[in-house]
Amino acid sequence: MTSTHPAVELNGLTKTFGTVTAVDGLNLVVQPGEVVAFLGPNGAGKTTTIDMLLGLARPDAGTVRVLGGTADEAVARGRIAAVLQTGGLLKDLTVGETVRMTAHFYRHTRPAAEVLERAGIADIADRIVGRCSGGQQQRLRFALALLPDPDLMVLDEPTTGMDVEGRRDFWQALRRDARDGRTVIFATHYLDEADAYADRIVLVRQGRIVADGTTAEIKNLAAGRTVRATLPGADQAALAALPGVDAVEVRGDSVLVRTGDSDAIARHLLTRTAARDVEITSRNLEDAFLALTTERIGA
Amino acid sequence: MSTLPATPAATRTDRPDRPTPPDRRLPALGGFAPAVLGIELRRVLRNRRTLAFTLIMPAVFFLIFGLPQRGQTLDNGRPVTAYVMISLAVYAAMVATTSAGGAVATERALGWSRQLRLTPLRPTAYVATKVATAMTLGLLAVVIEFVVGAAAGVRIPLDVWLLSGLAAWLGSLVFAAFGLFIGYLVPAENVMQFIGPILAVLAMFGGLFVPVEVLPHVLQQAAKFTPVYGMGELARAPLTGDGVSMAGVANMVFWTLAFGIGAARLFRRDTARV
Repeated sequence: MTSTHPAVELNGLTKTFGTVTAVDGLNLVVQPGEVVAFLGPNGAGKTTTIDMLLGLARPDAGTVRVLGGTADEAVARGRIAAVLQTGGLLKDLTVGETVRMTAHFYRHTRPAAEVLERAGIADIADRIVGRCSGGQQQRLRFALALLPDPDLMVLDEPTTGMDVEGRRDFWQALRRDARDGRTVIFATHYLDEADAYADRIVLVRQGRIVADGTTAEIKNLAAGRTVRATLPGADQAALAALPGVDAVEVRGDSVLVRTGDSDAIARHLLTRTAARDVEITSRNLEDAFLALTTERIGA
Repeated sequence: MSTLPATPAATRTDRPDRPTPPDRRLPALGGFAPAVLGIELRRVLRNRRTLAFTLIMPAVFFLIFGLPQRGQTLDNGRPVTAYVMISLAVYAAMVATTSAGGAVATERALGWSRQLRLTPLRPTAYVATKVATAMTLGLLAVVIEFVVGAAAGVRIPLDVWLLSGLAAWLGSLVFAAFGLFIGYLVPAENVMQFIGPILAVLAMFGGLFVPVEVLPHVLQQAAKFTPVYGMGELARAPLTGDGVSMAGVANMVFWTLAFGIGAARLFRRDTARV
């Protein structure tokens, strides 16, 4: 079934609008079962990439493969589903009618009652969509996306405009659902969402991927870690000469070593010197995000 | 440095939550489902404005303008009230089908059409659903007008009821196409607010409010080229026994093609990817 193909293969994907290059030769492979955050500031090209991934927009160059076929095929067979930022709803239908109507467009779906339950809106099935809050409408879009039991779920900034509680409810619903092995790709500019819900983070900036790895790798990538220890009379020059050390700072009896390989530095300090009270801290994802998306890295 | 190699999480190909994979075949008829019609109709009938303008107002028109002419007869002895009733049935059907077709404007404005592109529903099946909804609503409009007429004492032979009703209903297909045409032309949520007056003017030229013969000569000539003229003539022909002129038939064919082709072209433009 899905086992032989990646869930998503984007190859040299490019899209320009007039003189603006929204997506610039983007390459990405997502394996089945991954939960990937597409993280970047507004205007980084996330939505344009997702539109091409879903077959809503045509790339100027490059190719899109979804579950081994075209995006249109995946949509037609209910293998891919999406919660869009701009996906409209009919305001004069009820929540339940919207789900039942959409279900008729597929050959086979999960029962309407089940997706309403999974999306956490079973209690408002009879409410007119126009009277639902933004968060409730977003969960309705999520319920619609659950109908075909897709192999790949794509969400474009699904919690934009929700309050804190709404965001938490939404992610809980998504998490309950995703743990079963569905591939999930979501775009967000909320760092905490990427950090909390993704296995893998893809950082995009100006239509390109600037970093790609696990949350821990991304944090490490931008800033490395800082190893702090109490070491009176530290030999600053010797420490700075160790492999992987970016900077050494001595503050009284404390020494702070900025490094990409904190394990080796800690081992060195503990085995070769008199250092004690060793602390290793990583900079948080926000630092990594800012560093990678606002300045050119290793250009 | 810039990009780390992709590090996929453990690849899970089996889905513990679903021992049997779901049915991934394409939907029959491109996703066109009669059950959707039921939901669409409920939705339309829930809208008080649509209800008032398409189903109730033409019936009230009959009571106001038709009933006072009770007892008067046409040249062939048939009641004038029947003439008014059939004319207003055509009007009711055209308003109903236009508003149902024009609903695509609202759905485009709301972004629902975009949402639909993420489902297996084919665009042609979507349009077919809209046309079917329009025609069901058109039929309902004709039936209501006739029921009100019959209840108010209109008596005509059964074949006139059936033929005139059928003509009024099928003729309104032109306006289902017109509604779609407008719907794909302007993405506005309240498109009927400006189509309504246009329909009223067209209905006047089609002789639905007063016979075309009472209009000034110039307007009578111009009326022959407007889109309601043909369908009005066709719907009243069984009653008046006048037959249908070539001009009337040509008029209907022309406008059906014009709006149909226009709607199809705009529809293709709308569904093309950018």
